[in-house]
Amino acid sequence: MAVPPNDEARLIERFGPHPQYEPPGGWQDESRRPAEKLVKTHCCFCGQQCGIQLKVRDNRVIGFEPWEEFPFNRGMLCPKGVKRYMQSGHPDRLLAPLIRESSGFREANWDEALNRVASRIREIQERHGPDAVAVYGGASLTTEKAYLLGKFARVALGTRHIDYNGRLCMVSAGVAYKLAFGVDRSPNPWNDIPLADVLLLAGSNVADCSPITTDYIWRCRDRGGKLIVIDPRMTPITRNADLYLPVRPGTDLALFMGMLHVILRDGLEKRAFIAKHTIGFDDVAASVKPYDPATAARITGVPPESIEKAGRWFATCERGFALHARGIEHQSKGVENVLALINICLATGNIGREGAGCVMITGQGNGQGGREHGQKCDQLPGQRSITDPEARRYVARVWGIQPEQIPQAGYSAVEIMEAIHRGEIKALLSICFNPLVSLPDANFTAEALKKLEFFSVIDFFMSETAQYADVILAGSLQEEEEGVVANVEGRVLHIQQAITPPGEARVDSQIICELARRLGHGQHFPFQSPREIFQELREASRGGCADYYGITYEKIDRQMGVFWPCPSEDHPGTPRLFEDGKFFHSDGKAHFMVTEYREAGDPVNEDYPLFLTTGRVVSQYLSGTQTRRIGALVDQYPEPRLEIHPRLADDRGIRDKDWVTVTTRRAEITLQDMVVRTIRPDTVFIPYHWPGRKSANKLTHRTLDPRSKIPEFKVSACNLRKSEGPPEGA
Amino acid sequence: MTEYGFFIDPSRCIGCQSCVNACAECETHRGYPMIHVDFIDRRNTIDTVPMVCMHCDKPTCAEVCPADAIKKNEDGVVQSSLKPRCIGCSNCVLACPFGVPKMMSELEQMMKCDMCYDRTSSGKRPMCATVCPSQALAYVPMEQILRERREKPANLFFFGNEPVRTKVFMMVPPDVDAMSIDVLDYMWEPCR
Repeated sequence: MAVPPNDEARLIERFGPHPQYEPPGGWQDESRRPAEKLVKTHCCFCGQQCGIQLKVRDNRVIGFEPWEEFPFNRGMLCPKGVKRYMQSGHPDRLLAPLIRESSGFREANWDEALNRVASRIREIQERHGPDAVAVYGGASLTTEKAYLLGKFARVALGTRHIDYNGRLCMVSAGVAYKLAFGVDRSPNPWNDIPLADVLLLAGSNVADCSPITTDYIWRCRDRGGKLIVIDPRMTPITRNADLYLPVRPGTDLALFMGMLHVILRDGLEKRAFIAKHTIGFDDVAASVKPYDPATAARITGVPPESIEKAGRWFATCERGFALHARGIEHQSKGVENVLALINICLATGNIGREGAGCVMITGQGNGQGGREHGQKCDQLPGQRSITDPEARRYVARVWGIQPEQIPQAGYSAVEIMEAIHRGEIKALLSICFNPLVSLPDANFTAEALKKLEFFSVIDFFMSETAQYADVILAGSLQEEEEGVVANVEGRVLHIQQAITPPGEARVDSQIICELARRLGHGQHFPFQSPREIFQELREASRGGCADYYGITYEKIDRQMGVFWPCPSEDHPGTPRLFEDGKFFHSDGKAHFMVTEYREAGDPVNEDYPLFLTTGRVVSQYLSGTQTRRIGALVDQYPEPRLEIHPRLADDRGIRDKDWVTVTTRRAEITLQDMVVRTIRPDTVFIPYHWPGRKSANKLTHRTLDPRSKIPEFKVSACNLRKSEGPPEGA
Repeated sequence: MTEYGFFIDPSRCIGCQSCVNACAECETHRGYPMIHVDFIDRRNTIDTVPMVCMHCDKPTCAEVCPADAIKKNEDGVVQSSLKPRCIGCSNCVLACPFGVPKMMSELEQMMKCDMCYDRTSSGKRPMCATVCPSQALAYVPMEQILRERREKPANLFFFGNEPVRTKVFMMVPPDVDAMSIDVLDYMWEPCR
């Protein structure tokens, strides 16, 4: 039984999160002494992957220096990037493997811990079959680790079930781009943003989630570009919007279809481009016919004139550029939302040109690279499909096994948790994932974790999920192991090893290889270093969509990043896709895809008349395992606050800073509110970075997009009532 | 050598506090940020404003200091109070028209933004303007700002009839030359 061994208070006392306020050695002492070296690397947090120089002394990161020569961010950093180094020497750091006893966690040596994991996994697989064990990965891992984990699941464990926390992030965009363009990558480099005439920003809180992109957008304005923002909340990027469309949560699809309706009604589509480079236009044109501005306005709550204006601006400018993120993707029609936006770009010929295109704003650090090489349940390295016989043959050859030994596609992240809950999956090995905080319907997740017969976690801090583990293997921070990542643009970057892991902690790749050896598959995991893994990854990706064959660590350093595909060593990489009018489908065309509007999975009704939407704040990152341990970031936004419009607040007799209970069909939580005019009155917002009584994901639901399997975090039905006072423990 | 200027454009600010966090990394006031980032009125708007020391030509903070503890360098940077002289009276805090100096009671000294003197004096850019993700704070050559931005730099402010010229520039709409804060600036009065 995987149940936390102690009461929560004792676990927190020992393992945190404790906020760290000072650099290793303190503000006044050690950290003032000169650094021994400055290591040029990248931030460990979001998909922008800003360049940063880490100051290292005595095998600790004692500070940072901006890296102004790195072209993407030119020295710019958000507060998380500025304070990331405070994880170094952190008192909560796991310094040795831990094994759970009835009295609590005790430190163990590596042999005992690894043998325990290997023997328990073997035992469970012998009894229940290979698929009784599942693997969770994450998109903060380097591409080498992600590749290794995919191979580990398929080759060493022989399980179908491996998926990753990018399932909560990039999969709707990924599926849509694959369907429309035949490849899953933002087609344009970020340098195209300032060159656009009209920017259409859909469901993206740029200021909080990808702050560096702000400067690109402001530079576009400086050149006279117009900015259209689509969001139920006015986030800081809206302060300079030329047109703001406050869409009702879950109705973006009708808005996009309405815009395309206007474009086609007025004959603004680019006929020659459509005829030459696309298929499927007529069906899409027919599908948007019913979505005249008045109809779209009724569904979306956006004025018909604004829908007209947005459609016309985008279609009549020389260079239109759409950017989108989780706002439109975290829905049970996430894939269709993205497809509908792509349809607009295709109809107006805005793709594959300088300053014209359509991009997804990747969330996690290696959100792009982490989904290309085989830790997704349905994918093999190089963005190959696991169901494609040719792909299976190719990858099996690289791995030195038979194609039939590669398991078929398995469950996605939420489906794995559901299979655990119903007893089908008995054991879980997890790295870089904190599902108790990040998966929807957190009470369900907690129930499921308790049902596991065996649970092991590789992590550097004790996450809330790790509290349920039987064995915790003390792993490495991003700066402790070399590797590559791909940023938001598909630019492959080099993460440098700045320091080695402290205490007995080990680098992640060696933990995985060592487990493989103990499971009897050492011959397939002979890797001594990330570089050796990368050499095999290059080969395994060769000829795939995400072709890394021509990329080397040295070439990345020389060019400050290499955009894939890069098929040969003399190939410079591909910053902008489709410039030749050729798309990645076998017919070379872009595919218009028909979309159909439907209700959200957790519909509002009389009992739950309001929309709940969740998201991020700038000072916290995802499930907060790292950022809730950094004092300055904690202080900047200490607790989740419920955002509520004054009209709704007045209606319910609620005032600013009141304690308010939010109820959904699954659970209720009580938070302090913040009465602001910057959100729709039918919608409330809660950031999701916290566990326990502050967990927004206790409220969210498990409805998935049928194709991408992304949960519908952005649309839940809820109700509110003023609470008598703070909840217990507040 | 190219002359760099410091420019504030509140209309670009996203309130992320990168500047505040980076300021606390400074060698001269480690752990203490000297920048203010404020919501103007969070109930009604997401707008925020960052504020660093404007480094006035004739710094009021220095003029009102009874201990002569605040000095301006040759290059126009107004420094924090000199620790041996500062008597912690807070005259400067009250007098500054921009609300910049902070009385650091733990240190018994007034401290404020010195435009990262340790960095700028050795050819580096100030920490805040280097990291600022929206470039609401920018430290770049004047000709670059004039070439690239849609707003234009201004450094003349009127407080009542009192003109204040500063080393730091505020980005303002293209048709504005100086910023007037007080109703008095829009009234007619005989010269005093």
